[in-house]
Amino acid sequence: MALSGLFLVVFLFQHFTINFSSVFSAKTFNSLSHFMGTNPLVQFVLQPVLIFGVIYHFVMGFVLEIQNRGARATKYGSYNGGANASWMSRNMILSGIVILSFLGLHFYDFWVPEINHKYIEVLPEDPNRYYEELVHKFHSPVRVGIYVLSFVFLSLHLLHGFNSSFQSLGVNNKYSVTIQKLTRAFAILIPLGFIFIALYHHLNAF
Amino acid sequence: MKLTLKIWRQANAQAPGKMVTYPIDNVSPDMSFLEMMDVLNEQLIQKGDDPVAFDHDCREGICGMCSMFINGEAHGPDRLVTTCQLHMRKFKDGDTITIEPFRANAFPVIKDLAVDRSAFDRIQQAGGFVSVNTSGNTQDANAIPIDKHDADRAFDAATCIGCGACVATCKNASAMLFVSAKVSQYALLPQGKVEATDRVLNMVKQMDSEGFGNCTNTGACEVECPKGISLENIARMNREYLSASIKG
Repeated sequence: MALSGLFLVVFLFQHFTINFSSVFSAKTFNSLSHFMGTNPLVQFVLQPVLIFGVIYHFVMGFVLEIQNRGARATKYGSYNGGANASWMSRNMILSGIVILSFLGLHFYDFWVPEINHKYIEVLPEDPNRYYEELVHKFHSPVRVGIYVLSFVFLSLHLLHGFNSSFQSLGVNNKYSVTIQKLTRAFAILIPLGFIFIALYHHLNAF
Repeated sequence: MKLTLKIWRQANAQAPGKMVTYPIDNVSPDMSFLEMMDVLNEQLIQKGDDPVAFDHDCREGICGMCSMFINGEAHGPDRLVTTCQLHMRKFKDGDTITIEPFRANAFPVIKDLAVDRSAFDRIQQAGGFVSVNTSGNTQDANAIPIDKHDADRAFDAATCIGCGACVATCKNASAMLFVSAKVSQYALLPQGKVEATDRVLNMVKQMDSEGFGNCTNTGACEVECPKGISLENIARMNREYLSASIKG
């Protein structure tokens, strides 16, 4: 879980960097997206690795949850979980399910049309189509609302998960306080950045 | 103080249990929680009822026998104490207190609030020891130079009394804090390094076979541990386990 989680964090940062460029320059966003969408190394090596990483992370998340719930067949009548652990750490499965549901929508919005464009309908490649496609998706206030809510849950998931992955890998030393501060900053700022991008394109359309 | 106690009653390991309510009066704030339970049991015996079974021994926070889950927390609402060190002054007159046994599949209920924690013994037997020649020519431990910081960390880990509060409080019923404390106390010392690889692999294997859950780093165990065993030990055990797995 820790290794796949850290891998997904790296991917998330890369995804954010490209998306954030859309706020400043449609041309930069188009060229970065075109590179990611056509480079064979990205398409045929990194993309399958990413899909495997996502599937492995959520499948293992469900397996862990099932095993852990099964380890206490008789539940407590009174259990004060908030007295000793954060809400985020106790509800990773909930935030994870919201993120997984969001990924379904995200794939429907971007990945499925992309596959359709490139491999099913085999439409001519247009290096300038990406920005318009992105902006178009953020016209709907409902979709933007779902995106915003999903990124709130992503933030909650990362607030525990990112720092926790270091503990799982055995990193607990004099740098742990700094790691905790940096991972918390990442967990708040990156989802906030994604929310900003969605709202920016939504409001810019009017 | 006048209190209402809601206590888990279960005749034996096979019988279904249920919460039973007992009003109790004249509880002194200076009583320990176990003394309050003694008073309740005296009242129950006088009425001809079956007293509440609960584990206890030293009553000074050393043995790790007392094991109640009080108002949703292992050893109750206080920090760095066992149930025997918890005083009634932590509660208010008129309070309702819920008392349950430590719950985990690996800690089956024997009767009422008493649970079987022999899973911890089996984990210890799997590797929580050092093999020392005791035939008469044993080397004096003080003759081996040990870094003061390592000695302190090993001692901190060794203060684990094996009460099981970590398991009881963990939402996953994980025993990682207990096992990591036992692994750490030896891994940090030169005497423990000889068997370090087998120790961590065998103890983790035994832990898994006992049916404990997995660690998801919520940190609840560290907060509820009466001896303040640190999560640093879990990270150390993870390193030891990774290293041992590579070595085979």
